Amino acid sequence: MTDYTKQKIESRADGSLRAYLRSIAAIVWKDLAAEFRSRELIGAMLVFAALVIVIFNFALELDIRTREAVTSGVLWVTFAFAGTLGLNRSMAIEKDRGCLDGLLLAPVDRSAIFFGKAIGNLFFMLIVEAIILPMYTVLYNVNLFQPGLILVILLGSIGYTAVGTLLASMAVQARTRDVLLPILLFPVLIPLLLAAVKASNGFLQSFEIAEIMPWVNIMIAYDVIFIAVAFMVFDFVVEE
Amino acid sequence: MERRPKALPVLNWLTGAVFVAALYIVLFWAPQEAIMGDVQRVFYFHVAAGWVGALAFLVTAIVGGIYLARGGQRWDRVAMASVEIGVVFTFINIVTGSIWARPIWNTWWTWDPRLVTATIMELIYIAYMMLRQGIEDRDRRARFGAVYSIVGFISVPLTFLSIRIFRTIHPVVVGSNDPTAAGAFDMTVDMRAAFFFSLFTFTLIYITLLWNRLRLQQKMEEIEERKLRALSA
Repeated sequence: MTDYTKQKIESRADGSLRAYLRSIAAIVWKDLAAEFRSRELIGAMLVFAALVIVIFNFALELDIRTREAVTSGVLWVTFAFAGTLGLNRSMAIEKDRGCLDGLLLAPVDRSAIFFGKAIGNLFFMLIVEAIILPMYTVLYNVNLFQPGLILVILLGSIGYTAVGTLLASMAVQARTRDVLLPILLFPVLIPLLLAAVKASNGFLQSFEIAEIMPWVNIMIAYDVIFIAVAFMVFDFVVEE
Repeated sequence: MERRPKALPVLNWLTGAVFVAALYIVLFWAPQEAIMGDVQRVFYFHVAAGWVGALAFLVTAIVGGIYLARGGQRWDRVAMASVEIGVVFTFINIVTGSIWARPIWNTWWTWDPRLVTATIMELIYIAYMMLRQGIEDRDRRARFGAVYSIVGFISVPLTFLSIRIFRTIHPVVVGSNDPTAAGAFDMTVDMRAAFFFSLFTFTLIYITLLWNRLRLQQKMEEIEERKLRALSA
């Protein structure tokens, strides 16, 4: 191979990578702009999350001692439930108004659509979490602003939105779509949610880092595996 | 119309005979366990049913992968048939385990990693069947089924691993044995023979059921086609 062709191939690969990233960014931007104008998705997720936390207060009698032990569980159940609302909605808009077909017609790689939607969903999820955390801190006087906990929430949200976006794009194409998503999603999410609850609890109760690491490692493994799987199979989910 | 393959009735009768033999071996021939007594006999069919469940779901994930790579409705038929068998046998596995656990652990149920993992696996494949029910288009149903069976099958070992970090009390009879597990025992040579015979029997049952289920599916599709032709004629 001559230097010239090598250079050409490299520049081409570089160019297509840049184009790929640009199309992902365009899809993310589209979702954010639509949400910024309508504000229907984050609003619904937030109100729902707040309601779940209030209900937990009565259901679990969150006095000071139990609070310490169950905070991580309450948080993750709240995020997981609020997340399904967002995922369902974000794919339903694409499906209902025929936007998905438009996206599929666009001359971009299908996986770029997946990453675009997944990153958009991740943004919404993180925004909701960023509002819920201080709210919980104020309501229950538990300090949630610890770097370790933030890392766990980030890792958990990445895995959640990767699997969630894939399964939501299947669920919206089914007859029973609103009912279907949580049924499909939760059993597959269990290793991630379990590790997230355990790791968050470890950070909140300041366990030793050696005790927390196995859980963090499981979350990293989960994220890597399922992003790779979703990347490979997404084509088959949106194929017509 | 396609004739019934000659090997199928032979296999049906053979499986029936082997199952009767397995019943005899497990219930009468295998030696009684010294501490647990007769309830230990549940073990032979319990593990065999669990094995068939895992095998069936593995087959589903593999044919799902083949379907996505190459296409072809027959792979999808195998996937569906295999999931149905797997769900039934995993259920048998859980129920027989409970029957054994009641006298040995003094409870029907405990949140042990293996028990939880088996239950979640069962739920994943029930969700799989619900997903398929919700989709009318045949190709799409096959594609979504394949995708979900792969995603689900990968998540099962991760679930097991993450719950395993808690302590377990479930005995490990095959392979290394942890003496602290409640209800552990060492197999004698005769027990081992009975164990492998029941594994073999259940694998045979799986193959027989799968084949019959596939033929049933083919017949159903044939009837559908004939109906359509009769209506359009």
